[in-house]
Amino acid sequence: MNLLVEIAWAHVTTRIRQTSVAIGGVAIGVGFTILMAGLMQGSQKDFVRQLVDTMPHVTVKDERISTSRLAAEEKYAVVQARNPVVTEKRTGIRDPRAVLTLLRSWVPGGIAPSTKVSTMLQFGSGRVGVTVMGIDPREEEGVSRLASQMRSGQLNDLYKASNGIIIGVALAKKFGARVGTNVTVSAGEVQISGTVVGTFSSGLRDVDESQVYTLMRTAQVLAGNQGLVNEIRVHLKDALLAPDVAKRIQQQTEYRAVSWQEANADLLSSFKIRDLIMYLVMGAMLLVSTFGIYSIISTIISEKRHDIAIMKSFGMKEGFVRGIFITESAIIGGLGILAGWLIGYLLCWGVSKITYTNPLNGETQAIYIYYAMTYYIAVAMVALVSCTGAAYIPVRKATRVHPVDIIRGAA
Amino acid sequence: MKTVIKAVNLVRRIEGAVTATLINGVDLNVEKGEFVAITGPSGSGKSSLLYLLGLLDAPSEGEIYLLGQETSKMSESERADLRLKSIGFIFQFHFLLPEFSALDNVVLPMRTLGRLSLSDMRERAASLLTSLGLGEQISKRPNQLSGGQRQRVAIARALSNEPEIIMADEPTGALDTVSTEQVFSILRDVADRGTTVVCVTHDMALAARADRRVNVVDGKIAEITFNPRSVSHCGELLHSDHTPTVASA
Repeated sequence: MNLLVEIAWAHVTTRIRQTSVAIGGVAIGVGFTILMAGLMQGSQKDFVRQLVDTMPHVTVKDERISTSRLAAEEKYAVVQARNPVVTEKRTGIRDPRAVLTLLRSWVPGGIAPSTKVSTMLQFGSGRVGVTVMGIDPREEEGVSRLASQMRSGQLNDLYKASNGIIIGVALAKKFGARVGTNVTVSAGEVQISGTVVGTFSSGLRDVDESQVYTLMRTAQVLAGNQGLVNEIRVHLKDALLAPDVAKRIQQQTEYRAVSWQEANADLLSSFKIRDLIMYLVMGAMLLVSTFGIYSIISTIISEKRHDIAIMKSFGMKEGFVRGIFITESAIIGGLGILAGWLIGYLLCWGVSKITYTNPLNGETQAIYIYYAMTYYIAVAMVALVSCTGAAYIPVRKATRVHPVDIIRGAA
Repeated sequence: MKTVIKAVNLVRRIEGAVTATLINGVDLNVEKGEFVAITGPSGSGKSSLLYLLGLLDAPSEGEIYLLGQETSKMSESERADLRLKSIGFIFQFHFLLPEFSALDNVVLPMRTLGRLSLSDMRERAASLLTSLGLGEQISKRPNQLSGGQRQRVAIARALSNEPEIIMADEPTGALDTVSTEQVFSILRDVADRGTTVVCVTHDMALAARADRRVNVVDGKIAEITFNPRSVSHCGELLHSDHTPTVASA
């Protein structure tokens, strides 16, 4: 073995108890940092996954990206307009069938048209404002998980009743509605009576309480506009492609296309702050865990002043002596990291066994932990750097000591 | 005779609120194979002089020639190299590494120098320890050895790189009379085999057995005594150009 490592190893192994405490400190720091990374990333990814599952990846709206040209602009090359009043009427996507055909030709994923209308829902006992989402049950499966979110009834039951309607479980509970309950839906002048044919639970309370589904036909009647399609939803195979797909759709159709990332930009940017907080806390945990190393290296060095003096007196270089103690901290840090990996893995495993009841859908869920090799490596690197850093402070002081001063003192 | 150590007008001051002069103008030549004892009252500067001659410390003024090399302008690293190759140190306290066996302690300077293979180093260390009467103790740790045995291990360590010079600072200061006798006769023997020995001691009886006794008082050489045993030796020295100035106290 290398002389430097041999001396370092001898120092570390003759102080088993102190060394174990220092190793334990690093191990606990590393372990909990790994747990924290797994938990934070896990909950974040779980949340995004739910979001991505529930939301359309790209929503094409009946909103032109360019302001419409003035009538005069169609006729003359140059037009000066003063305070033009632009009344943009949102009349749905023009020629939806052509747009759908165009999108289906290249978009990798499911595409479904829908008709969205703001309405007032009236049960026997009360009224509530909801958005009616007119859907095509055959297409719906390709763009949303509605079919699997059904708690009673089926999507196809929409065909069974005239003006069949699917409402959220939360809403149903609120008004004591169930399958077969009659409701009145009104939008402006139009008023129709419908029947509840099913209930769904999306996992998002907001959606459950404010959104109901009908056939597109029903929604179009409510909107007073036959053949109206004011939204096209796209569900991609790879949700991360959404921004690119949205951009291309927007260029092709000149309709506004919003990716889920754009729709949740505020949420995603709050993740950045969350990440920052996470890294700061993790860094602090690792730093504190290396205090043990600082303390043990300081102790060893003060106990080893004579050894340092004699080694320097017979000609060992300062760098070599420094190397001995830095290696000691690396040994302690390295062992601590290995133990910390194990602790971290076991903690993650243990926590992933804890279940809780989701207040939204009443399902029993396990805490989601995200496992990634990169955390283990990153945490180890940070820990190793802090360990050697913590050791360097006492080491530098010690190796500068002049052997004569110590030899005089010892004699 | 070959001059191994030559000190010219050595001065060592410690600058501070009050400047203390430890060594105040010392000239000294030491020949190859000579056993020089440095004596003097405590605080006289005898140890300081040894540290200067052994390159553990640098002089404030003056020059030290060691094996023909001028050393006072050397960097700490160069001095460390020269110490490693050419000087063996023995102190009052043994300074053995407690985690290592006697053998490994002796091997340590050899490994630092790295001139031999590990097995050759071990062989040499074992034979050195055996020649010092520690054949049975080579695998024992320092805390399993007596004071005298530890000091003999320290001597073996000092001899391990076959240095031209041994510097000993009160090597018998903490030993009983039997061990003192052993250590001293080893040093005497080392000198007789051609290794220069410079030894600080306050034991006059031992100093009397050196080839030359240099008495240091107040940082200056007060008196140099040549011992009868090496009269012929002294005669040569007296007629050489390097005769040390005998200062009066």
